Amino acid sequence: MEVWASQLFNGLSLSSILLLTALGLALSFGLMNVINLAHGEFIMIGAYTTYALQQVAAHYTGDPQSGITFLIAIPASFIMSAAAGYLVEVTVIRFLYRRPLDTLLATWGVGLFLQQLARSIFGAPNVQVVAPAWLSSTVSITSNLLLPMKRIFIIGLVLACLGALYLYMYRSNEGRRMRGVMQNREMASSLGVSTRRVDSFTFALGSGLAGVAGCALTLIGPIGPSLGTFYIVDAFIVVILGGLGQIPGTIMAALIIGILNTLFEFGTTAVVGKVLVFAMVILFLQWKPAGLMRARGR
Amino acid sequence: MRYQEPLLTIRDLTVGYGQSMVLNDVALDVSQGQVVCLLGRNGVGKTTLMKAVMGQLSPRAGQLVFAQSDMTRWPPHRRAKAGFGYVPQGRHVFPYLSVHDNLLMGLEAADGTEARSVALDRMYDLFPALKTFQRKVAGTLSGGQQQQLALARALVRRPSLLLLDEPTEGIQPSIVQEIQELLHRLRDQQDTTILLVEQFLDFALGLADYCYVMEKGSIVLEGTARDLDQNLVREYVSV
Repeated sequence: MEVWASQLFNGLSLSSILLLTALGLALSFGLMNVINLAHGEFIMIGAYTTYALQQVAAHYTGDPQSGITFLIAIPASFIMSAAAGYLVEVTVIRFLYRRPLDTLLATWGVGLFLQQLARSIFGAPNVQVVAPAWLSSTVSITSNLLLPMKRIFIIGLVLACLGALYLYMYRSNEGRRMRGVMQNREMASSLGVSTRRVDSFTFALGSGLAGVAGCALTLIGPIGPSLGTFYIVDAFIVVILGGLGQIPGTIMAALIIGILNTLFEFGTTAVVGKVLVFAMVILFLQWKPAGLMRARGR
Repeated sequence: MRYQEPLLTIRDLTVGYGQSMVLNDVALDVSQGQVVCLLGRNGVGKTTLMKAVMGQLSPRAGQLVFAQSDMTRWPPHRRAKAGFGYVPQGRHVFPYLSVHDNLLMGLEAADGTEARSVALDRMYDLFPALKTFQRKVAGTLSGGQQQQLALARALVRRPSLLLLDEPTEGIQPSIVQEIQELLHRLRDQQDTTILLVEQFLDFALGLADYCYVMEKGSIVLEGTARDLDQNLVREYVSV
């Protein structure tokens, strides 16, 4: 019983990281119909930002386990990835709207470029971020069920990001503009909304969320230049299963995929587990091609 | 008689989708404070012309001048900020935004001289039905209510040029009447200039100061509502 509960909990924390990654993809698809294959690299940028910040802080304070450094790393990862995303949107993607195939190729190229950049700066081998001391404990629910503090923290972090995203989308002027452009781009523009600005802003926001996911990933394992590629496929599956561009669907799909992944991997092996999950998603999409939530027509 | 410097001037405007031309060398003037009506059958290019004026379509050739600025190459959002208010054919309210949020979208181009709450209250006084539904999602409103919302969304920022594309098309008669009365009031106040596409000929001729009749993408007839030969106009407009 406790074993299953602990697996379920691990699945939940994996779901939450998947969700942070998938949200950015869902936003840029819902708004601009852009499929961004470089999205995984924004995870990597967030992770390396955390690593670099810790290296610098440890150099000056001599304490790599500083919890404050890690707390600063969260917004720093967001800002670095958002800035990189903004740059990619302004220099590459904005010229390729309404050309899906070109966008796929171009963003894939950008992804490769960013991976190579990371290799040149930080070296090819994986590096390890030292988790702060206060995150290295466990919380015991029963005598046999120990929940690692790191994973609890990650779930909390993702919930906080979700809350912030909700406030942004539904309570701010910028969010109203974004929803307006998603629902009717031409009309929003005719009312005075600069859709170009909304596009770059939203792309940066989605990239920033991926950066936070990268920061959270440093708590779970070592990081390397190709970190993003491990997560990008799962994130795409989440977006497709959830219904393209549908935020509530994306949340639900992330929960399902994350938990199934962990349960199947536990019962079999990592590879067989993944195959089983993909097979189930494909079967589901045969039954409901639009995914969990269908975009309602106007 | 054209007695004033026009607020909006369109010269030799040519617009097409792909290979086909929809508008050919259209020229049109709208003077400050006037109501100018665009008449013609379905498919002659009236909506295309409105979209080109708003900037949603870019012309192959020609010029669009508004308040002495050449706006031919301006994107829609800049034209909105310059004072254009647009009520498109088919309303195009934001279906998943509340009525309140739809109106706030209408304030995107406002110059900020009027507080947002004051501007919204002005609209709720004008359209009491919208006040009742202000928290409802716009997609759930009836066609007539959506049309009122589209009008309010355009009027809320006090546009200097109001572009109305068939504001009474396909809605219940009681609301048609309300909208017609509102347009008469707007004309009498004379602080909004209106370019109107309308199918109700009697209403259009009663409201307009000047009329243009279109046929196959060109202007074929123009004149003040009083001087136009009504039988000729009827011939161009009837199916």
